[in-house]
Amino acid sequence: MPDRAAATPRPALDLGPILRDSRTSIVVTCGSGGVGKTTTAAAMALWAADAGRNVAVLTIDPAKRLAQSLGLRELDNDPRQVDVPLASPDGQLWAMMLDTRRTFDEMVSQHSTPERARAILTNPFYQVISSSFSGTQEYMAMEKLANLAATGQFDLIVVDTPPSRSALDFLDAPQRLSSFMDGRMIKLLATPSRGVMKIVGAGFALFSRAVTAVLGGQLLSDAAQFVQLFEDMFGGFRERAQATYELLRAPGTKFVVVSICEGDALREASYFTDRLRAEHMPLAGLVLNRTHPPLAALAAGTAQVAATKLEPTEPLTAAVLGIHAQRLAVRSAELHMRARFDRVHTDLPVVEVPALPSDAHDVPALREIAARLTGT
Amino acid sequence: MTTQTIAATEPWTTACRRARLHVITGKGGTGKTTVGAAMALALAANGRRVLLVEVEERQGIARLFDVPPLPYQEKKVAIATGGGEVRALAVDVEAALLEYFEMFYNLGIAGRSLKKMGAVEFATTLAPGLRDVLLTGKVKETVTRKGSDNRPVYDDVVLDAPPTGRVVTFLGVTEAMSGLAKRGPIHTQAEGVVRLLHSPDTIVHLVTLLEDMPVTETLEAIEQLRDKGLPVGTIIINAATQVQLPEPTLIAAAERRLDAAELTAGLQAAGLDATPELLDGLREQAAEHAIRVLDEQLCREQLAAAGLPMLELPRLVEGGDLGGVYELADRLTEQGVT
Repeated sequence: MPDRAAATPRPALDLGPILRDSRTSIVVTCGSGGVGKTTTAAAMALWAADAGRNVAVLTIDPAKRLAQSLGLRELDNDPRQVDVPLASPDGQLWAMMLDTRRTFDEMVSQHSTPERARAILTNPFYQVISSSFSGTQEYMAMEKLANLAATGQFDLIVVDTPPSRSALDFLDAPQRLSSFMDGRMIKLLATPSRGVMKIVGAGFALFSRAVTAVLGGQLLSDAAQFVQLFEDMFGGFRERAQATYELLRAPGTKFVVVSICEGDALREASYFTDRLRAEHMPLAGLVLNRTHPPLAALAAGTAQVAATKLEPTEPLTAAVLGIHAQRLAVRSAELHMRARFDRVHTDLPVVEVPALPSDAHDVPALREIAARLTGT
Repeated sequence: MTTQTIAATEPWTTACRRARLHVITGKGGTGKTTVGAAMALALAANGRRVLLVEVEERQGIARLFDVPPLPYQEKKVAIATGGGEVRALAVDVEAALLEYFEMFYNLGIAGRSLKKMGAVEFATTLAPGLRDVLLTGKVKETVTRKGSDNRPVYDDVVLDAPPTGRVVTFLGVTEAMSGLAKRGPIHTQAEGVVRLLHSPDTIVHLVTLLEDMPVTETLEAIEQLRDKGLPVGTIIINAATQVQLPEPTLIAAAERRLDAAELTAGLQAAGLDATPELLDGLREQAAEHAIRVLDEQLCREQLAAAGLPMLELPRLVEGGDLGGVYELADRLTEQGVT
């Protein structure tokens, strides 16, 4: 069946050579929630391991059965080797599920003395920041990536990013976190000296009272202690965040945007694409997941007419033709969505991954997806 | 084409009818915003007035109803069948907190400069629970607000709540408050929210797809909601596949064993050239369809274990737009949502 998408001249995203290339050391998948990011990351890692590379895949929140098939049972902070026979004897596959809290704890320990680290880790305010500050998970995913990359233990690290509500939080989170803790507000509330009060004025005194009334005094004094403990670590954090940012922009890194052919997901993908380009991040292209190209060459109208005609006498054939007509309708909607995306991002390489009938949750299914991803 | 069987018992129970605050949650990507909008339209039928509220600052409602981004104000976004009306509100935490401080502490012009300094982001970051208390507080205000005739301004309020992973924390106002001040106006307001959420006025609906992960998350969320004593209403299955094959042929189709002779004869009867390629392609597509349908049936059985009434919505070929919302609203009405 001639597919209109195939006729459009545009670069195809050829992931095989990228994943096999020894210069590719990091692949980052990003996209909105529910588009198959984790599965795509796992499939690419498996494919590269099958091709003989030593690969680690860092996942954030994989489906239970997918995690099990990778031998992941709990949140962990060190990659574990996946017990699966690989096509190449040189290949190795490692996997881990990010433990945000522990990654944060380790980062604190690395940048401070043992006593100080202990004081920070037990501070109630730290517990709020390390578990629920928006963007912490994104930040820690990148921190872990930098850690793993620094060990030099792996040829390739594939990272799955959290489904951020606001796209690319992982780029912004380090900045946001340090500007929050470095910010004027926290200093004012923590150490409201007289000089500062004069500048800000009486409004602040009122506000301070209101905030204290709402939040309670304990929380504020925890915050004050926390800021003092943290102060001399900021330099180290910022340096580190900057180094991670540079690592992401290095030529050995490839970003892969993942989407499905639906309005909201493509809108997000479009935003990701623009943002990555604006930041000069090495963007490989777009994986368009779960598409439905027709497998039989029969025009929609013909199938529909035949299905209607056959319904009373040949119900099975009528149903099979009905399925075909339905699939063509879905395909036509997909092509329409894709054309709208393509018009904006004319030179972005794209690869379509036709949908599997079932959710992918075992190694054979991951291999099938990898085959569809790489066209092998 | 066979039609989907709908549960014999009435899915829209007396408790659903009695409730005025419908909280819609679901895993990200299950279409909870679309379903919430459809629910609001269905509830607004026949001259009723419904408020649709979003709290995640995503402007999902505006996008769905194709209107400019919503300000922090209740705006009419749609007319329902029979002349009802849906209004929408995007709650903005910053505005809610300042409104609140304004009310109780009379900050005057200082409020604005504090906003510029990032004071509000600061306060809500320091105490994430505060955010939820403010958001649910605003929702409560809209549910309990009365007009000059002393009747509720809104017949129903539909809340597009945070996703399943966060909804229990979001609705667990009591716990959020335990970290905050023990007295004062916010505390009093939070107590009112707790009363509303645990009353027959409130009911939580969970939107899911018939796929592994959303089903697991839905079941986990139901358990957690029940543990907290929050009233759970229905499971709303979204984007279900319409079964096309006759029921007895599903397994054969999934195993690629559909009778080739029968299909060949059928195609020929329609005057089509039954080439082996055509036959293979059609059987493969039928297999994918059948596997999908059988997987979905397993998911339905798993969901049934929760013992909740279920509503079901079909996968729309071109969903996600306003026409789709109206179509889904009609489907909800057919299943008794009123």
